[in-house]
Amino acid sequence: MKSSFYNTPGKHSGLLAWVLSTDHKRIGLLYLSCMTVFFLTGMTLGLLMRLELIAPGRTLMAASTYNALFTLHGVIMIFLFIIPGIPAALGNFMLPLQIGAQDVSFPRLNLLSWWFYITGAAVAITSLFTGGGAPDTGWTFYVPYSIRTGTNVSLAVFGVFLMGISSTLTGLNFVTTIHRLRAPGMSWFRMPLFVWSIYATGWVQLLATPVIAITLLMLMAERFFGVGFFDPAKGGDPILFEHLFWIYSHPAVYIMILPAMGAVSEIIPVFARRTIFGYKAIAFSSLGIALFGYLVWGHHMFTSGMSDEARMIFSLLTFLVAVPSGIKVFNWVASMYKGSIRLDTPFLYVMAFIFLFSIGGLTGLVQGALATNVHVHGTYFIVAHFHYVMFGGTAFAFFASLHYWFPKMSGRMYHEGRARVAALVLFVGFNTLYFPMFILGWQGMPRRYYDYLPQYQTGHVIATIGSWVLATGILLMVYNLLRSLKDGEKAGDNPWGGTTLEWKTTSPPPAENFEKIPEVTTGPYNYK
Amino acid sequence: MHGWTNLSSSVDSVFLFIMGISLVLLVGVTGAMVYFAVRYRRSKHPHAENIEGNLALEIVWTVIPTLLVLAIFWVGWKGFVYMRTVPQDAMLVKVTARMWSWRFTYENGATSEVLKVPVNQPVKLAITSSDVLHSLSIPAFRVKEDAVPGRENYLWFQPELTGSYDLFCTEYCGMGHSAMVTKVEVMSEQDFNAWYRGATGKASDGRSGPDGVKLFADKGCSACHSIDGSPKVGPTLKGVSGHRVTVLTGGKEREITATDAYLRKSLVDPQADVVKGFPPIMPSQKGVLKDAEIDALVEYMKGLH
Repeated sequence: MKSSFYNTPGKHSGLLAWVLSTDHKRIGLLYLSCMTVFFLTGMTLGLLMRLELIAPGRTLMAASTYNALFTLHGVIMIFLFIIPGIPAALGNFMLPLQIGAQDVSFPRLNLLSWWFYITGAAVAITSLFTGGGAPDTGWTFYVPYSIRTGTNVSLAVFGVFLMGISSTLTGLNFVTTIHRLRAPGMSWFRMPLFVWSIYATGWVQLLATPVIAITLLMLMAERFFGVGFFDPAKGGDPILFEHLFWIYSHPAVYIMILPAMGAVSEIIPVFARRTIFGYKAIAFSSLGIALFGYLVWGHHMFTSGMSDEARMIFSLLTFLVAVPSGIKVFNWVASMYKGSIRLDTPFLYVMAFIFLFSIGGLTGLVQGALATNVHVHGTYFIVAHFHYVMFGGTAFAFFASLHYWFPKMSGRMYHEGRARVAALVLFVGFNTLYFPMFILGWQGMPRRYYDYLPQYQTGHVIATIGSWVLATGILLMVYNLLRSLKDGEKAGDNPWGGTTLEWKTTSPPPAENFEKIPEVTTGPYNYK
Repeated sequence: MHGWTNLSSSVDSVFLFIMGISLVLLVGVTGAMVYFAVRYRRSKHPHAENIEGNLALEIVWTVIPTLLVLAIFWVGWKGFVYMRTVPQDAMLVKVTARMWSWRFTYENGATSEVLKVPVNQPVKLAITSSDVLHSLSIPAFRVKEDAVPGRENYLWFQPELTGSYDLFCTEYCGMGHSAMVTKVEVMSEQDFNAWYRGATGKASDGRSGPDGVKLFADKGCSACHSIDGSPKVGPTLKGVSGHRVTVLTGGKEREITATDAYLRKSLVDPQADVVKGFPPIMPSQKGVLKDAEIDALVEYMKGLH
C-alpha cells in the first residue's frame, strides 16, 4: 500500500496520534467523527420531541423536560454540528488539498481550535447534569428569562463561548491559508468555488463571532453580578440583547449555508462533466451574501417592538440578500444544461438540496415581507423554514460532499445502491416531517410549545411519522458509510473524474498531501 | 374562514401574491433541473458542452429577481403601514403578560383574563410584560406583538365577526409557555356593553368582595396547581391548608405548617419557602393581586380538602 497520512508515523501513537496531530486531514476527521456523534445525539432529541408532540397533553415527558430537549436540540445542532459543520470537517480536510498546499497556515492553531471546540462541547454537555439542571431557554438565550431561570444556563453559555473562539480561530486560519498558500499559478479566479465559499465564510467567522462572545459575557455578568445591561428594572433593555444576539447569529446563518453552496458548486461540474456556468457570478455572490448578511439581523425582531423605521429598513435589506442566493440557484441549474450527467449519490443529494433550499429560500420571502411576517413570526412556519434551509440545505449538501469526498478521505468507495436508497428515504422523510409545519405555522401553531390545541393534531401526527422515516434514512446512510470504511471497494485516486487538485493526489493523500506541489495553469473545472 | 378582522384579508392577499411568485420560481427551477438531469444523462448525452456563462442571462436573472423582491417588499411594507396606523376612535385595552397568563385592563378599570371586544370596533392593545418576554398572537386576526418588560408595544385590529378565537403566547417564556393560552371573545355591541357596564375595577361579577374560585381560574393559578391532589408544574393545593409541608428555605430543608400566613407569603414572596420537589419558578403576585384578592385566594385554598 502506498504511504498515506493514516500510516505515516508521527510523534505519538494511538488516540494521541489524532488528538495531538497538527495534520489538517486528521483534524478534519476529528471534527467529522465528533460531529457525527453530536448530530446523532441531536437527532435523538428531535425524535423524542416529535414523539411527545404526537398527541396534545403529556405523552411521555414533563414540560420542563421538553423545554430542556428543544434547547439542547438547538444548541447541539447549531453550535456543535452545523456551524463547525462543513468548514471545520470537510473544509479542514479539503481546503489545503484544493489549493495545492501542504497544510493550513497555522497548523498548531488549527489543533487548538479543535481543542476549544471539544472543550466547549464538553462544558455544554456537563451543564445538563450539574447545577440547576439542563438549560431551558432555547438556543437563543433570550433575556430576561435566561437571567431568571434557575437552570444551568451559565455553564452552557460558557461552552458556547469556547466554541465561538474555536470558530473565530478557524476563520482566521482559513482566510490566511487562502491568501498565502495557494499553489503556483492558482490565481484568485482559478480557485475552486468551494474555496471561495470557505473564504467568504472565514471572514464572517472572524468578524461576527466576537460579537456573540461579548454578548454571552454580558449575559454571564448579568447572571452572576446583576449588572443590569438587559434588566429594565435597572435601566437595561431586553431588546438590546436581541440586537446583539442576532448581529452574530444572523451572519452565522451564512457561516452555515455558504460552505454548503460551495460544495454544491464543486459537485455539479464533476457529475455533469462540464465547466460551471457563471463562475464569477457564483464567486462574487458568495462575497455578496457574506457582506449583506451582516445587515439583516433585524428581521428576527419584526415583532419585538423595534421602531417601524428599523423594521422597514431591515425588511428591504433582507430582500436584497435574497438576490445573490437566487443567482447561485440559477447558475447551478444552468450548469446542468447540455452536460453529460451521472446521477450518482452526491448528485442526487445536490438535486435534493436545490429543491429543498429553494423551498426554504422562497418561504423566507413570506417572512421577509412585514405584513406576513407578523402572522408567521414565532410559529411552526419559522421552524419549517429554517429546517428547510439548514437541514434541507446545509445538511443535504453536507451529505452530498460526504459521499463525494468519501473515496478521497478513506481510499474506499461507499456502496452506491444502499446510498441511493438512503438518500431517497431521507428525502421522503424530510418532507413528511417538515412540510406539514408550514401549514401548522400558517394556522397559528406557536413554536416551542410542549402542549397544543387539538385542531393542530393532524399536522403533528404526520410530522412525527416523518421523523421516523427521516431517522431511518439517516441511520441507513451512516451505516452504509461506516461499513464501506471496512469493506468498500478500493477507490482510485480520481473515481469521479474530478479536475480540482485534491483528485491529483493519492486516495487517501500522503501526509504532506502531494508528492510534488502541482502547478496550476487553468481554471478549476476544465473539462475541454 | 376569512374576514375575521379588517387585517385578515389584506395579510392573506400579500401571502398569496408571494406564494404565486414563489410557486412559479420553484416549478421553473425544479422543472428545469429534472428535465436537464433526464435529457442530458450520460447514457444519452455522452459529450458535454462547456458553456462558461452568458452575460445577458446573468443580467436577466439578477435584474428580474431584484425587481420581484422589491415588489414583494413594497406590498409587505404597505400592508404593514396599515397594521401600524391605529384609527383615532380605537378602544384602548391594556395588556399585561406574566408567567403564564394574560390580564386585559379596560379604560373603566375592568379587568379580564379573556380579551372581550365588541364587533366592528377598532381595538388598540397596549402590551407590556411584568416579568420576561412574551408575545401576544391572535392567529385568526393576523396580529402579533411582543410583550417586553419595561416598555409598551401596541397592535390594533377591527373584528368583523362575532365568535371566540385563540390567543397564544408566541415568545418562549418558560415552563408554562404552552399553557399561556386564552380566548378573544368578539361580542355584539349590546352584549359587550352589558358586560362592560357591569364589570368595574372593584368586582368582576357584581358581588361585594373578590371571588376566590373565579380568581383561581382567572389569574392563571390553575395552569400550574391542581385542586384534585395531582401534582402539575407546582404542588397541588388540595388539603394543603393546615397540613405539614416540607419546604426548602435558602436551600435548607425544613418542615412547616401551612398556616394562613404561609399561604399568603407563598403568593407575595414565593421564592422564600419552596415546596420540596418543585422548581422555584412561581412568579410573585406582589402588586399583581390586591390585598382583598389575596385574602379571597387564601380563603379559597382553605376550603380545598
